[in-house]
Amino acid sequence: MTHEDTNAVGSEIIAIRDMHKWYGNFHALKDINLTVHLGEKIVVCGPSGSGKSTMIRCINRLEGHQKGTIHVDGIELHEDMRNIDIVRQEVGMVFQHFNLFPHMTVLENLTAGPMWVKKLPRAEAEDTARRYLERVKISEQAEKYPSQLSGGQQQRVAIARSLCMEPKVLLFDEPTSALDPEMVSEVLETMEDLAGTGVTMVCVTHEMGFAKAVADRVVFMDEGRIIESGEPVEFFKNPESERTKKFLDQILS
Amino acid sequence: MLYADTVRNRSLSEQPVLIAIIFAVSCVVFALVGLHHTLLALPFLPQPEEHGLVTQGIATLVVAGLFTLNILLISRLRLRLQIFVVWAELFMCFLIFFFAFDLNFPFILTKLPFLLTQGVFTTLYVSAISITIATVLAIFGAIAKLSSNGFAFAIASFYTSMFRGLPLLVQIYLIYLGLPQLGIFVDAVPAGVIALSLCYGAYMTEIFRAGIMSIDKGQWEAARSIGFKFGLTMRRVILPQAVPIIVPPLGNQFIAMLKDSSLVSVLGVWELMYLARTLGQREFRHLEMLLTVAIIYWVMTIVFEIVQGRIESYFQKHHRR
Repeated sequence: MTHEDTNAVGSEIIAIRDMHKWYGNFHALKDINLTVHLGEKIVVCGPSGSGKSTMIRCINRLEGHQKGTIHVDGIELHEDMRNIDIVRQEVGMVFQHFNLFPHMTVLENLTAGPMWVKKLPRAEAEDTARRYLERVKISEQAEKYPSQLSGGQQQRVAIARSLCMEPKVLLFDEPTSALDPEMVSEVLETMEDLAGTGVTMVCVTHEMGFAKAVADRVVFMDEGRIIESGEPVEFFKNPESERTKKFLDQILS
Repeated sequence: MLYADTVRNRSLSEQPVLIAIIFAVSCVVFALVGLHHTLLALPFLPQPEEHGLVTQGIATLVVAGLFTLNILLISRLRLRLQIFVVWAELFMCFLIFFFAFDLNFPFILTKLPFLLTQGVFTTLYVSAISITIATVLAIFGAIAKLSSNGFAFAIASFYTSMFRGLPLLVQIYLIYLGLPQLGIFVDAVPAGVIALSLCYGAYMTEIFRAGIMSIDKGQWEAARSIGFKFGLTMRRVILPQAVPIIVPPLGNQFIAMLKDSSLVSVLGVWELMYLARTLGQREFRHLEMLLTVAIIYWVMTIVFEIVQGRIESYFQKHHRR
């Protein structure tokens, strides 16, 4: 992390307060309150349509909210902001469908952000890129195009692409849901490795094994609300609400 | 290629009914056309004017039979050879048409060098400048038409509506004759270039818009979440993916523009069409000149088609999706 001295581990990086979101008349997110501290790993789970993807997409304002506040690294996200691109540089995002740039090689995908947004010289950007490719264990694929890689490899490239911007927070939007079963584990391993480096992660996923292994906190959502959140051990052993219990029964059985 | 099925279509020689139909239809068509006046029937009918219905009927049957046999033979060739033979035969038909006019070839030969230098050069440079300006207009037009800014959308949609709605010839006159009324005097060449650029910019706006819209929303989200601003996303992510998709329709526009540049001949620009008309008029040899420039235009578009094919295969190789 680049700004560790100015942002001591444990300080607030994301603060969502009383946030609501509507799609037309549909009340998609209701009264969301969530605080994420630097270095924390949060897993968000819940049935499909519960609003978990929408919520994390609000954190880098790929979606706008209508009520309440969201602060990222002290900057409030709202309609009139001029510096959204600065916030987005600080918040990396990994998508369900990878969204790699198909017309660029893996290396170009990784250097695009650093070179064109941060204006780093090519050599430096490529150094960074190769370092992160090594971390996600696909350095030998640097010159290939995304379509030549397997789904799992593509997702690891996507993770490396986010890392190259050296963001303070990484958001994962169901990173393993579009993968073939045998490729899920390689992506989860990469994410677990990453968690060990101290990066802040907010991860929407159904992978409860991952949640148990790395999460500091598990957040359960249903019908646009955060139903409960807690430490994984407690969360899985003694869920407070009936709905959580039901969900866990379904997903763990 | 369309979807290639793994089940073989029955070849023509296995379908006698179809052969019979082809023969019958060609008999009717040739009978209606009245073959005894054309070159095709001459070998069988030495004196075209003095024959009765019977000889005409025989000629029709013979030619229709040969035609059917020809199709049957071609259908048995390998694909590549098939394409080549069909091309060659169609081209032969064109040549027969061409030679049927009793043309004065020495006249064509004396004018050809001038047509090929002055004419082709002017046509190409007018088209090249116009297509370049049109492309720039089209990119901005497409972005404006997709934007949520009322001004941009209104201006762009007015522009495309108007310039797609007026005949190009009218636009050319309006610009050449209309601008001087405003105190702006433009020469014939710039006026032609302006008209062609504006008109084709309007058509190409729609092509670029479709291309931009065909790119998955995820690409925008990925680029924006790295911190790309709008312009950078467009330039580095969206357009590079949209362009390979729109190469075929763009190629179409390039070719159409090349030929529509003939319309600026009304302003007296010394391009192919103007030269053909004036050179032909002087010695009452219109058809010679028209057919000559027809072939020159055709050859130029064939070159364009080849270039377009090269570009398409380049993108297929280098821009995987």
